[in-house]
Amino acid sequence: MTNIVVLVKQVPDTYSERKLSESDHTLDRESADAVIDEINERSVEEALKIKEAGEGEVTVLCVGPDRATDAIRKALSMGADKAIHVSDESLHGSDMLATAKVLAAAIGKVEGVDLVIAGNEASDGRGGAVPAMLAELLGLPQLTHVRQLTVEGGSVKADRETEEGITHLEANLPAIVSVTEKINEPRYPSFKGIMAAKKKPVETLTVADLGVDSGEVGLGNAWSTVLEASPKPPRTAGERVEDDGDGGTKVAEYLVAQKLI
Amino acid sequence: MIDFRLGDEYEALRKTVQDFAQNEVAPVIGGFYEREEFPYDLVAGMGRMGLFGLPFPEEFGGMGGDYFALCLALEELARVDSSVAITLEAGVSLGAMPIYRFGSDEQKRRWLPALCAGEALGAFGLTEPGGGSDAGATRTTARLDDGGGDWVINGSKSFITNSGTDITRLVTVTAVTGQKPDGRKEISAIIVPSGTPGFTVAPKYSKVGWNASDTHELSFDDCRVPAGNLLGERGRGYAQFLSILDEGRIAIAALSVGLAQGCVDECLRYVNEREAFGSKIGAYQAIQFKIADMETRAHTARLAYYQAAAKMLRGEPFKKEAAIAKLVSSNAAMDNARDATQVFGGYGFMNEFPVGRFYRDAKILEIGEGTSEVQRMLIARELGLPS
Repeated sequence: MTNIVVLVKQVPDTYSERKLSESDHTLDRESADAVIDEINERSVEEALKIKEAGEGEVTVLCVGPDRATDAIRKALSMGADKAIHVSDESLHGSDMLATAKVLAAAIGKVEGVDLVIAGNEASDGRGGAVPAMLAELLGLPQLTHVRQLTVEGGSVKADRETEEGITHLEANLPAIVSVTEKINEPRYPSFKGIMAAKKKPVETLTVADLGVDSGEVGLGNAWSTVLEASPKPPRTAGERVEDDGDGGTKVAEYLVAQKLI
Repeated sequence: MIDFRLGDEYEALRKTVQDFAQNEVAPVIGGFYEREEFPYDLVAGMGRMGLFGLPFPEEFGGMGGDYFALCLALEELARVDSSVAITLEAGVSLGAMPIYRFGSDEQKRRWLPALCAGEALGAFGLTEPGGGSDAGATRTTARLDDGGGDWVINGSKSFITNSGTDITRLVTVTAVTGQKPDGRKEISAIIVPSGTPGFTVAPKYSKVGWNASDTHELSFDDCRVPAGNLLGERGRGYAQFLSILDEGRIAIAALSVGLAQGCVDECLRYVNEREAFGSKIGAYQAIQFKIADMETRAHTARLAYYQAAAKMLRGEPFKKEAAIAKLVSSNAAMDNARDATQVFGGYGFMNEFPVGRFYRDAKILEIGEGTSEVQRMLIARELGLPS
């Protein structure tokens, strides 16, 4: 029986226009459709595969505002068993350190956790450090950038892929794994799963319930501050090379001038 | 009170199928259509999502949903492509539903789990070369052989969807099994497993549209199946079929609304990119009015099929509403396909653009599952006009 916790984050849909709010430079959640982060669908899928290959229980853990329940429902409709939703006004604007502390405390609420599966990096903040911070806080081995995962007995084996190459890792359970988009193709929830999700338990907790000091979280306690934000300038037309039979040479000359080749 | 909001689970299903259609179907379907190839992997994916089991109870491998859930799935699929939508529609309404509705417990246990999983497809053979809307004109015959152990089937069937794929397991055919006391034909439905000797599947048709769906003519030449393959009551084949057809009309209405909405989707994308005479063409009123009309047709047709489905699920008579929904929706699909093609100009006439595919796929909606004329006939009869 593998007891798995999957970290799930609700993010603005990458297809919609995303921006920061003008008042405090945190994410403007109203301006975009909110969806479960795609990488988390893969995290959930991986947990379900492990569960289906043997025995296990999958708990979804999400830190986010009330409307993040939609992301939680999606994970439950895919087949996760239950969920913990940490929702607290004081968390608004929390940085990765604070988020990791809250997640670590919430994981502590689940008895006998064998494996925590997270996405490699959320598509909104793109910090990519929470899994490592969590491993540090919980004193557990971390296997990040994982593109293949096997759980065998009391250990986990993983292929870790970075730009430098592939590393084969092994760790004792419990452990923390973060997966890349290569890990699997997530399933689409079935209607049976969608209906079953309505009846699955979702425990909603506040920061106080977790025993975390609200003075450690939130925008005011973040270790870094966004001073200014401006939208990416629109792409300019670029330089046009007319091909009069010598187009190739002109392109090469341009690249040489830019010291690109 | 009146409330047109979809319930949470319907909305979640609609969204899931929308994601599937956009992410899985849209990128590849053009190629299948061009090659006139049946998209086995997409059908398997739809099966894994449980779409083929939507209206059936869990004990037979279904999803425990209802027919409206199926309609929502059909609409979202057809927004992107009608071939996969009709494959699902026929697989559920014509392949599995007659067995679920009229089959014995043994027949249900034998056939439904694989059909619900989308691992197998069933087909329904009613239409014949000499008779479409006039289903009573059935000429295919089935007689019990001397010992009474087998049905011996002779005849042919036309335009049978899902009848010749690699995963087709059965075709339910209607056949004349005798004469009623009043002299009319006694028509019964009989399950013929694929591969039964004497059952021949002709090469697939070359069709104007729905080119990634599977359609064949079937022939039966002294084809023998066990007497136990009779589906439902002997002599009730035609009546059984008619009851299936009414709900099938709502499904085809949903599919038509999907196509009509897909035309709006494609146009909105295109007119915000395409420029002519110095502006995006979406800025011109001639285009705006066309798209407004298209949206209006899709919207009203959707209301019509939602309402027909609501009556059906409440167990109320819905024959007139189903006919109206089928009529307005197929009109909407046809009109929107024509207008969308016009908005796209020359590109609309190119097969590589979805609207070209929509144009070719729309016409059959005014024909299949009862022509528009048949719908008008039904509506008139429901109004008490003489038949």
